[in-house]
Amino acid sequence: MPNPHTNNRTKPTPRRAREPVRERPPARAPVARGVFGRSAQPQPREQPQRQAEPTTGTRAKPSAEGAVLVTGVCGRLGRLLARELHRTDRVVGVDRRSFDDRPKDILHHQIDMRRKKMKDIFRGRDIRAVVHLGILHDPRRSDRERHSWNIVAFQKLLDYMTQYNVPKLVVLSGANVYGPQPNNPQFLTEDAPLLGAQQFGGMRDLVELDMLAQSFFWRQADTETVILRPCHIVGRVHNAASNYLRLERPVMVMGFDPMMQVVHERDVVRAIQLALQPGVRGIFNIRGPGEMPLSHLVREAGGRPRIVPSPLARVALDQLWKLRLSSFPSEELDHLRYVCMVDGSRARTELGYEPEHSIRRVLRDVRRLRYQLA
Amino acid sequence: MAQRGSIVPFAGWRRSRLLGESPLRQAVRSIGDRAVRFAEEVVGQDLDARIAGIKTHPNEVGHDPFGFDPETSRYALAVAALLHRRYFRTEVFGIDRVPRGRVLIVANHSGQLPVDAVMIASAMMLDADPPRFPRSMVETWTAELPFISTLYPRLGQVVGSPENARRLLRQEESLIVFPEGARGISKTFDQRYQLTDFGLGFVRLALETNTPIVPVAVIGGEEQYPSIADFKPLARLLRMPAFPVMPQVFFGMLAPLPTKYRLYFGDPFQFEGDPDDDDSKIEEKVWLVKSTIQSMVNRGLRERKGVFI
Repeated sequence: MPNPHTNNRTKPTPRRAREPVRERPPARAPVARGVFGRSAQPQPREQPQRQAEPTTGTRAKPSAEGAVLVTGVCGRLGRLLARELHRTDRVVGVDRRSFDDRPKDILHHQIDMRRKKMKDIFRGRDIRAVVHLGILHDPRRSDRERHSWNIVAFQKLLDYMTQYNVPKLVVLSGANVYGPQPNNPQFLTEDAPLLGAQQFGGMRDLVELDMLAQSFFWRQADTETVILRPCHIVGRVHNAASNYLRLERPVMVMGFDPMMQVVHERDVVRAIQLALQPGVRGIFNIRGPGEMPLSHLVREAGGRPRIVPSPLARVALDQLWKLRLSSFPSEELDHLRYVCMVDGSRARTELGYEPEHSIRRVLRDVRRLRYQLA
Repeated sequence: MAQRGSIVPFAGWRRSRLLGESPLRQAVRSIGDRAVRFAEEVVGQDLDARIAGIKTHPNEVGHDPFGFDPETSRYALAVAALLHRRYFRTEVFGIDRVPRGRVLIVANHSGQLPVDAVMIASAMMLDADPPRFPRSMVETWTAELPFISTLYPRLGQVVGSPENARRLLRQEESLIVFPEGARGISKTFDQRYQLTDFGLGFVRLALETNTPIVPVAVIGGEEQYPSIADFKPLARLLRMPAFPVMPQVFFGMLAPLPTKYRLYFGDPFQFEGDPDDDDSKIEEKVWLVKSTIQSMVNRGLRERKGVFI
């Protein structure tokens, strides 16, 4: 019996040889879906990006079965990920915000993750993997809202995943869960304790989310759970680190100049893609292209540090925070005082991840947005 | 930006700050360069060549991952060289016993301020051939102090944690370890040259990373700041490990007394065994190192003719 099957498999080779005549980009899986037939213009624009693909090495093969569900898809990182993923996979996005300029083949549900409708998304189609980016970091939101969003919604998501046997979960945590501490080793490994909430209560639910994902990792052996803990993600994203580096005169604490790691958003996207490969599971620290002192980083990003003594900085930042003139809570000053860097050797050996964007490129992208804002 | 700059008073000053270094930084640099040149003349050694001769492990962006900065270390080496050759007139014995590659340098700790670490480091930089740049592990609480927490990493000091030590040894660096820790450095004068309890961590570290241990006896450190008591309540208040009462400070002598330092490097130990052994087994090896250092100290004390000569 097996012989005719193998014969059948060898037959289509002449057809494959004919394919180039059709002048269609070969790697573009959604072409067959018809919706894309018309849009010929955006294709050449995306050509250079696709040429860069072979350098990323191992890349998931186009899969007809199973979609990738991306929560929080309308954030900058989510959009980047969706744009990368939709070439090889079917992508389903979930976010409260609208995803206006999305590629046509991305199915977007503009719903709240806490609502019942979330279950229908799982029920309706075959979900191959879930990438959880829908994490609320905004320190201005109330504790209650952050908790219900980050913990309750995530717990529900995990329940659905168990119910519908989703084989893969990728959670984007962060190196912040380790917390900047004076007694940190220079490079934190994945098994370091998560002390991020010790000094900064606002981190509590992010640490809890990481813990939840860890317990899910042990509880659900059928699901491959990957927790990524990247260092400060910078680029065009809107987060504390990028906003800080975009400042014209960022504050530095007098007498402190810790070593810092930053990673480009596209490198993080690539790490998520690598984590989506079958067989990958575990916790991975994601490091950026080299570490340098904070003062060098600020200068290379084009800022001039404003050096302020620690107690003064704390009081001033508290006041500014209260008056809503600053978006940095004063507890985050610890990031400007103590090291919180990660050791990326596990990601290198097991995930095959290596940062590709140089530090110059990273900081150029940070700066570019500053000039656009100006 | 250019338009705004032109209407601001001292526009030129402002522009110079935007374009290049601040005047303060320039001043520091010129003073530092002069200090280095002065030290080179006095010592008679090319310090820059020494700095250039050490092996570093920069990352992709050309920085040392632990924050070591050759520029700052240059100035520190100038000061250390002057102290080493002129102020403390250090004599170094047996530095050629330090093996190449990874090594743990274990020494007795003394003298209220860690001048002994500076002397060992400058001996390794100035007297060893090729020059070695030893790292030392500092107390964690120094990372909380402003300025110190910036300066120490730039001089290659690393916050003392087993992970850091392991990482440094794996990249074939040399580490200075004082297993006595704060107990040793804040001894009162009556306990001088009597080694206090050693921690066990350094032997476990050596076993784990297969690192030779070089015992070093430091003579001369105990007399630089004789302390008559340890004022514990004030130490607790200031969150310091000890608050030594030093008579010379009351007489206005803030600098350490110019004692003569002698450094004796011993033959390296190469231990073998399981790093997770019982404390009793590790203690045997620690005792071996400690008794070697104690006997080297005793011999050094017998041989010296005076504290200052």
